[in-house]
Amino acid sequence: MSPPDSPTQLELSLPKLAGRRLPRFAVIQFPGSNCDQDCVRALRDDCGYAAEYVWHQESSLAGFDAMVVPGGFSYGDYLRCGAMARHSPVMRAVSEAAASGVPVIGICNGFQILCEAGLLPGALIRNRSLHFVCAPVTLRVESVESLFTSQCYAGQLLTLPVAHGEGCFHADPDTLRTLEENHQVLLRYVDPLTGESTEASNPNGSVSNIAGICNAERNVFGLMPHPDRATHARLGSEDGKMIFAAMAEHVAGVAAKR
Amino acid sequence: MPTFISPTPITAELIARHGVTPDEYERIQKILGRDPNVTELGVFSVMWSEHCSYKSSRAELRKFPTTGPTVLVKAGEENAGVIDIGDGWGVAFKMESHNHPSAVEPFQGAATGVGGIIRDIFTMGARPVFLLNSLRFGPITGDTVDVKLNRRLFGGVVSGIAHYGNCIGVPTIGGEIYFDESYSGNPLVNVFCAGVLKHEEIARGAAKGPGNPVFYVGAETGRDGLAGAAFASRELTEESKEDRPAVQVGDPFKEKLLLEACLELLALEGAVAGIQDMGAAGLTCSTCETASRGGTGVEIDLALVPQRETGMSAYEILLSESQERMLIIANKGREADVRRIFEKWELPYAEIGRVTDDGMMRVKHGDLGVVVEIPARQLAEEAPLYHPEAKEPPAVPRLDLAKLDFISPQEALPRLLAHPNLASRRWVYRQYDYSVRGGCVVSPGSDAAVFHVREADKFLAATSDCNATFCRIQPRQGAMMAVAEAARNLVCSGARPLAVTDNLNFGNPNKPENFWQLRESVEGLAEACRAFNTPVTGGNVSLYNESPAGVVDPTPTVGMVGLIEKEEHITRQYFRDAGDVILLLGSIGGGLGGSQYLLQLHGKNEGPLPRFDLPSEIAVQESLLSLIRAGLVKSAHDCSEGGLAATLAECCITGAAPIGASVALGTRNLDRRDDDLLFSESPSRIVLTVAAENAAAALLLLQRGGVEARKLGTVGGDELVILTDAARYAWKTSDLHAEWSETIPALMS
Repeated sequence: MSPPDSPTQLELSLPKLAGRRLPRFAVIQFPGSNCDQDCVRALRDDCGYAAEYVWHQESSLAGFDAMVVPGGFSYGDYLRCGAMARHSPVMRAVSEAAASGVPVIGICNGFQILCEAGLLPGALIRNRSLHFVCAPVTLRVESVESLFTSQCYAGQLLTLPVAHGEGCFHADPDTLRTLEENHQVLLRYVDPLTGESTEASNPNGSVSNIAGICNAERNVFGLMPHPDRATHARLGSEDGKMIFAAMAEHVAGVAAKR
Repeated sequence: MPTFISPTPITAELIARHGVTPDEYERIQKILGRDPNVTELGVFSVMWSEHCSYKSSRAELRKFPTTGPTVLVKAGEENAGVIDIGDGWGVAFKMESHNHPSAVEPFQGAATGVGGIIRDIFTMGARPVFLLNSLRFGPITGDTVDVKLNRRLFGGVVSGIAHYGNCIGVPTIGGEIYFDESYSGNPLVNVFCAGVLKHEEIARGAAKGPGNPVFYVGAETGRDGLAGAAFASRELTEESKEDRPAVQVGDPFKEKLLLEACLELLALEGAVAGIQDMGAAGLTCSTCETASRGGTGVEIDLALVPQRETGMSAYEILLSESQERMLIIANKGREADVRRIFEKWELPYAEIGRVTDDGMMRVKHGDLGVVVEIPARQLAEEAPLYHPEAKEPPAVPRLDLAKLDFISPQEALPRLLAHPNLASRRWVYRQYDYSVRGGCVVSPGSDAAVFHVREADKFLAATSDCNATFCRIQPRQGAMMAVAEAARNLVCSGARPLAVTDNLNFGNPNKPENFWQLRESVEGLAEACRAFNTPVTGGNVSLYNESPAGVVDPTPTVGMVGLIEKEEHITRQYFRDAGDVILLLGSIGGGLGGSQYLLQLHGKNEGPLPRFDLPSEIAVQESLLSLIRAGLVKSAHDCSEGGLAATLAECCITGAAPIGASVALGTRNLDRRDDDLLFSESPSRIVLTVAAENAAAALLLLQRGGVEARKLGTVGGDELVILTDAARYAWKTSDLHAEWSETIPALMS
């Protein structure tokens, strides 16, 4: 099998965007990541951006415009989801990039890692059902003021799949209040018909049906649902593209200003 | 000859304890030209166990068709067969059982079953892309001790599969689950994995090139799973619980690393001469099989094997079935590549020996010297071959329909839909990550799963099927019907069937009635596979599936893979739009023998099976496929458990939102009871829908193709209405949906 990131294949898979440099996403690879390949393919093949794997031992993320911390079971998640990954060299680089305003998205296990690394508040604990849950869910966009939801409209309903055993978002009351007051809750699990957040529509028991949050600076986003698995109509939804497109749009805007 | 003199004397009792018969012992002496030592005896006992050598079933398995224009790697040649899917791509797939370990320790038993089948696939150089599983348990309804145990086994197996598959990131996209008294305490856990690769990437499990280094890679060896292969080749007894150390413990994280490291290494041209996973019989099996296939010998030193426990004997290291380990024969001079890649993935590895040209499996153990020296080919290939006695058991009683109480379909349909054998499996597949790898196009719960393989841009359909009740009544026809149903499920999803993997689950073959069932089933499978042009590319035999309560129903599980030519041919089972016309393809059918209606609602274990013939089945499938390719079909659902009524109900309730239908069954000439009409599990039938404006054209095309087809009715409304000559039945689709969807969560909460 030819390595997926060899330049020839990369070029082949990219549509030519005249005169404009493609946004370059880094997809972090931990031992045990299992959505890294999905993320790269979604970004390259379905969205048309440049995306490359970055091994967890790398300490530099120079040359990348945006970071994706993908899902999986980093280091086996034997201690606590994401607890080991945060100590890897690449996470220091991710934290530095985040501090300088680069968009960072953590999906599923990636969300857990960002929480463990202190880039996002709160924690993700075992689903209330105690079972792993894999299903499409409906999400309501709670704020469009972010590098990730700027292509959506407020209150828009998105369909994305979830697949996790530990996705119950938890935070202390003060943190929760701050999150809500600052509109850092970007996505909430809701009923597909009414658009209301109900107990039945909450797949994991997350407090206030929270599915995704951003940091106070609004450039780090963690979410349990998988936009990387919703970038083609045949998979039942293309809503994931909107999130990646917003990141790419921001990157292009930054480049234009330079 | 070993230089190490073992202090353990070889007694008749020790030989018997290894499950080696006196005749087999003589054969061992002949091969060696001397007595074996205890380690060698252990090596022979696992290699010649039923699990590894198929000594009772091998002669039967030769009846399967194994060749065809699309076969790239044949059954028995390697760890898994490989089939051509076009454009230089191939699919490697196989099904394997982990029945006995799951009976003793359901979570780890099922988990390591998944780990084992995934290793079989990436050993071939293929990237594993999806999993299926075929599960059978005793009844889960009620409060008896047995039922509680069955529920614990069911829950544990599902969690174990979820744990391993989800962590390693290979989606579990389909399968089947049945509950029957015969599996009480003796569950069947058959797991299937498919992987894709380019033709030139096919890796071989052969130790080629004398002088080449032999590497051990993956997890350290421990005492877990000692001689599991021998354990799987015995009946389960009350004492089986004491065999718990024979059940291995799985580490999906380690296997994920091993998978990535092996594929990375295999991608380097010319680095690997041969690769073999260490599954059943561990290091023993992988060394002698690679040597045998390569026509070479292998010499290893156990002192170099990474170990997680101290003081392990040669016997223990050789026979351990610790998981997540592989044997790699590198080409001389490429040792650095192996080291670099396994260091990157932080996996243990060690160069433990080399390929020789003397045909011997020679095992040293540090300072102890040579502990095992056995001709590899004879150990791997010359296991005894048995032809057990076969005797037809007494025929299953015949149903006398005239004496059967009539249960109104109005009442019977909801009861059937609520039975665990028909009820929604959502509780199960919600626990499986089916969306990872972004390829599951038709989610679990349809006739067949459909997966888009991104690497190859191909659409594969896959299913596993077996109606074991049918196989108990008439094993030959039951097995043929299992192949037919699998093919029908694939065709209903828009695919042309390509090839088969089978998992033969039977009882102790030394009981003539069990062996008769096995032989009949194999012959039935073989005949049907020939008729469908679907060669058998490999599989697994699991015998001794017996508990103190009795033997399992004969269960020859069929795993089948098909290819969907174009994306627009993908077809789902549920009704789509109001106004669509419902057609029945195939005859109206009849006969309640072996049906769920008879079994579950009347408690009768009676035959005979409904009429079945291969030519009509093939004609039905071919005409559906041409109709799909003509772009006329909006939905297609195979008619199976629960008969026509349950099929129609499933078409109404398995979509995103329930939708009703009105159906009229004019049978004036047939003089049929409504229960026979609606619940017969007569095969070779498909319920499909077409847009109203295409109905006439579709019927014409079907009739021209020479198959029976008729209009049944129209999609629409919020009720399923079935009109027969005798009565009108109507159910709210929301009620049917509730009956169908609530059973399993309620039982398992």
